[in-house]
Amino acid sequence: MSVAKPLPHDAARLHATGQARYVDDIPRPEGALHLAFGTSQVAHARITGMDLSAVSAAPGVVAVLTASDLPFANDVSPAPSPEPLLADGTVHFVGQPVFLVIATSHLAARKAARLGKIAYEEWPALLSIDEALQADSRFEEGPRIYTCGDASAAISAAPRRLKGSIEIGGQEHFYLEGQAALALPQEGGDMIVHSSSQHPTEIQHKVADALGVPMNAVRCEVRRMGGGFGGKESQGNSLAVSCAIAARLTGRACAMRYDRDDDFTITGKRHDFRIDYEVGFDGEGRILGVAFLQYCRCGWSMDLSLPVADRAMLHADNAYYIPNMRIESHRLKTNTQSATAFRGFGGPQGMVGIERVLDHVAHAVGRDPLEVRRLNYYAAPMPEGPGTGKRFGGEYSPKPEEIGSQKTHYGQPVEDFILHELTERLAETSDYSGRKAAVANWNNQNSILKKGLALTPVKFGISFTLTHLNQAGALVHVYADGSIHLNHGGTEMGQGLFQKVAQVAAQRFGVGMERVKITATDTAKVPNTSATAASSGSDLNGMAVKAACDTIRDRLAVFVAERAQTDPASVRFEGGKVHVGAEVLDFDSVIKDAYMARVSLSATGFYKTPKVEWDRIKGEGRPFFYFAYGAALTEVVVDTLTGEYRILRADILHDCGASLNPALDIGQIEGGYVQGAGWLTTEELVWDDKGVLRTHAPSTYKIPACSDRPEVFNVALWDGQNREETIYRSKAVGEPPLMLGISALMALSDAVAACGSDYPDLDAPATPERVLMAIRQVQQ
Amino acid sequence: MIRFSLNGETVEVDTAPSVTLLDFLRDQRRLTGTKEGCNEGDCGACTVMVTDAAGPKAMNACILFLPQLDGKAVRTVEGISGPGGALHPVQGAIVEHHGSQCGFCTPGFVVSMAVGHATGRRDHDDVLAGNLCRCTGYAPIVRAAEAAAGEAVPEWMADTPPAAHDGLRSLDDFADWYATHPDARLIAGATDVGLWVTKGLSEIERPVFLSGVAGLDGVEIADGAIRVGAMVTMTALLPVLREHHPSYAEMVRRYGSEQVRNAATIGGNIANGSPIGDNPPALIALGASLHLRKGSERRDMPVEDFFLEYGRQDLRPGEFVEAVTLPRTAPALRCYKLSKRFDQDISAVCGCFNVDVRDGVVAGARIAFGGMAGVPKRASAVEAALAGQPWSEEGVRDVLPLFGDDFAPLTDMRASAAYRMATAGNMLLRYFHELSGMAVDVREVRA
Repeated sequence: MSVAKPLPHDAARLHATGQARYVDDIPRPEGALHLAFGTSQVAHARITGMDLSAVSAAPGVVAVLTASDLPFANDVSPAPSPEPLLADGTVHFVGQPVFLVIATSHLAARKAARLGKIAYEEWPALLSIDEALQADSRFEEGPRIYTCGDASAAISAAPRRLKGSIEIGGQEHFYLEGQAALALPQEGGDMIVHSSSQHPTEIQHKVADALGVPMNAVRCEVRRMGGGFGGKESQGNSLAVSCAIAARLTGRACAMRYDRDDDFTITGKRHDFRIDYEVGFDGEGRILGVAFLQYCRCGWSMDLSLPVADRAMLHADNAYYIPNMRIESHRLKTNTQSATAFRGFGGPQGMVGIERVLDHVAHAVGRDPLEVRRLNYYAAPMPEGPGTGKRFGGEYSPKPEEIGSQKTHYGQPVEDFILHELTERLAETSDYSGRKAAVANWNNQNSILKKGLALTPVKFGISFTLTHLNQAGALVHVYADGSIHLNHGGTEMGQGLFQKVAQVAAQRFGVGMERVKITATDTAKVPNTSATAASSGSDLNGMAVKAACDTIRDRLAVFVAERAQTDPASVRFEGGKVHVGAEVLDFDSVIKDAYMARVSLSATGFYKTPKVEWDRIKGEGRPFFYFAYGAALTEVVVDTLTGEYRILRADILHDCGASLNPALDIGQIEGGYVQGAGWLTTEELVWDDKGVLRTHAPSTYKIPACSDRPEVFNVALWDGQNREETIYRSKAVGEPPLMLGISALMALSDAVAACGSDYPDLDAPATPERVLMAIRQVQQ
Repeated sequence: MIRFSLNGETVEVDTAPSVTLLDFLRDQRRLTGTKEGCNEGDCGACTVMVTDAAGPKAMNACILFLPQLDGKAVRTVEGISGPGGALHPVQGAIVEHHGSQCGFCTPGFVVSMAVGHATGRRDHDDVLAGNLCRCTGYAPIVRAAEAAAGEAVPEWMADTPPAAHDGLRSLDDFADWYATHPDARLIAGATDVGLWVTKGLSEIERPVFLSGVAGLDGVEIADGAIRVGAMVTMTALLPVLREHHPSYAEMVRRYGSEQVRNAATIGGNIANGSPIGDNPPALIALGASLHLRKGSERRDMPVEDFFLEYGRQDLRPGEFVEAVTLPRTAPALRCYKLSKRFDQDISAVCGCFNVDVRDGVVAGARIAFGGMAGVPKRASAVEAALAGQPWSEEGVRDVLPLFGDDFAPLTDMRASAAYRMATAGNMLLRYFHELSGMAVDVREVRA
């Protein structure tokens, strides 16, 4: 068995010894050139003139390109609406690439890029949500609205009502390896591109368009990224396209990487949101209706903002059955970096909105927030099958209308809801009620420091909401010596996808992991791939690899069964052996014999996710194959004099279905939690009134450091399996754990609430400053 | 020309002074295990081990200029593994405990861990505070560090620094030379100047590396005073402070990171005149004196007098900071560093308090802040109002409005002016409560 084993990351040894190669580590051919962008210094303007003579004259500069020098498409957009690589007459944010410097070294290119003189006719810049709203500056014709029931009637009729609003800041990805690309020109105008990208096919596509060649003339290879988190889904296009254009122009290899400050300044981040809410509820805290206004700051170009904002709407329920809901989503166009994909893809913001509502309602009714949350959970699905009473329709059997699951606000039945049991288990193992009492007691004895705790659930929908993306391909070869070459469309950004998929391949052939060679993602091996995104990597590529392996395995089974005059279905592949009837053959010898008998030992595999069908305009259908679940309890302590705080302890129980690799899954959960908590606490993006991002490096933008992880950090996997037929009944794990970090924000809110009687309107990120201001507000 | 050892092999290089070790390793030696993550000394992906007479240290290669390495030994991640690819215990533990995901930060972590391992450190959070990881949430890395801690240090880790190519210059020689070459740029640890090169993209004109000058890195502890040479690093100062000024030491523990403290000097932190350096407020609260020197001419001044206005210090051409003297004891000193993140973050407000209470009455108060003005500055109005008054919570609350007379701070990306004002006052309250024995420190609380 290789599946379900806690094997280390396939490249762990290479990581630890410094041998793992990233794009900038690939040896470059002699004479390779380096690129840098000259960027806009203003947020919104028409370019009235450019004097690039000093740039061209700078030491080491080979060429300087502007939009008019580009041979073909000036477009790096991942969306239907175009996004220029180099500004074509107007600029739309501080940091927008305006010209491209090609020079003999990275440093020479960076130095020269600062020498450009650009004259602007400045236009008013829309920086904030309010400014964009006032100017009606938005993507799509107006707000998108999803409804179920009648929210406004339900709220009006509810025994109790309240309103509120929460600001939710964005988040810089801070992948440790910045954006990078390398283009190697080939004969006949072909191009090979190495890119630190989650989406090699899009790189291939954009490079082909920029060079005026078909996609078959471009090959994109990605061995690994030094972190992606969504930030390399579309944001690498500019570098790869630039390198390819420069390589075509000069005939030399061209490399580009962003200095960290440039990376912050140029690339998109998580969308910041403001969510206004109005909720009607009863005296126990049962929610009867909610109306959300979701304002989403998208930045200057469309990028992936529409599906991000859609996903925020789709997660506005989180784990709660809300019979009457209305969500109005405004996708606002501003003169800032174009916000982009980031782990959770809008889901986290939507989820913070409803968790805030639950927290606020619990405060209003004076009940334990966890009780109120559980009161509002989706119903557990009705049991099915023999002995459940469902088949008989007798007097005491469930009525027809009670049969079936509750539906989400977009009409998808929640058939796999496990949060009742999962929450119960976590509350037990983490001693929720005991600690709740202990915190209250501690708070009575301490006047300056206050503790808080919160247990919040996660229900996250798995599938690309753009349905056609839910497909994947694989290519598997078995060589005549019995070694296996594995390739698929997914990319490795640290999540351990390659290892999980290799485990699947080894499992299908019943051989050890050492036989499986993991190879770089390559558009020449598997075409037309989707981005490695939406947590879908293992689900899609694991299934595609399984299909490819099974094709070869079936051929081998037919071959050996025929020799042994037995049924191919009885042939088993286990422990490096092939069992044929009573005979046990070495895998190696079977492969050798198959080769001699002219059996094909190479196959492609393909997979498309079943069941998903969805109308994003109406907001109706089944966008998700299934849901992944989890819950976290976080305990914090807050200093009421400064707003400083510590996360003292986190207890997590998370659902990975039947885990393909528990060690890698726990790694995703621990890392996701800390990244989510960072987003909502110390990670603050600050733009000044000119639209300049002031937090543009780790000196000013503070992701969690080592000591910020919870000192006590208990993570466990829920023991279950996916009810849907996924790869070995596992569940996706990339994004969902990030939202466990919401418990940290709610725990801070709980600690602040202990300082007074009002509800703390704590915005995110809850920096010490925001915490102190919230404390002062509740103390008044 | 400089000489240092690199993964056990002696190298001599003749290069421009503004070439960083990171660029040298990656571009000239093709040692690409050392990564560039931020190019400003904040992420630790470029961490290397640098050994000198004081032993091995973790340092950021991205803001370390080659001339600073003359006579030292450098070990990169490639040199942490042994002959034949044998893994160092920390490398094996990283693999076994799933301490790498994307792997880009891992070489830097491995080097920091290997240095901590070699020096017997068990305070892993401090050892690793200067290494950022975005994937793992750190827990498996710390588990790896704990697991490796008991293992023996591999023999291949022993480094013997070669003799420096250029011998050390005497302090007198340097002082005389600088007095006549006042346009030279003095570089101490380069944690600040390094960014002029890596971010400002400027060349350093006429650099002088003070690491090549003898006699600036001593700590002399006399009966009443501690004299600290300008080139004493924060790492070297830390044990001295732990013994004599524990609260100041606790602030220095959070000053930069291990890598930064191994480079940064107290003289540099004063001489660069930054309004947000953490040493000056502590030194001012202690009543420390600064020793300046030009040629053979010396003058002393209270540290606060050195800072004239933003960007301007009382330092004449050709004059340099030679040392600072602080009292040996100050039991009432408390230093509070307020930042968004506890470790490796620049202070939004740094408040240092040293109130002398006798028989319940304030006999004298020294209160100084960083981050509240264009220079490190005393809260003179507050100090004056406290003096002679009973030391009580009520008394403290009464003087809080006077912070408005002392300070008019700025709003920037670290904090708003209102937050700075509010917390400056609240720090005085915290100080009062801490001296009264109340629990005031979130870092001392456990779940």
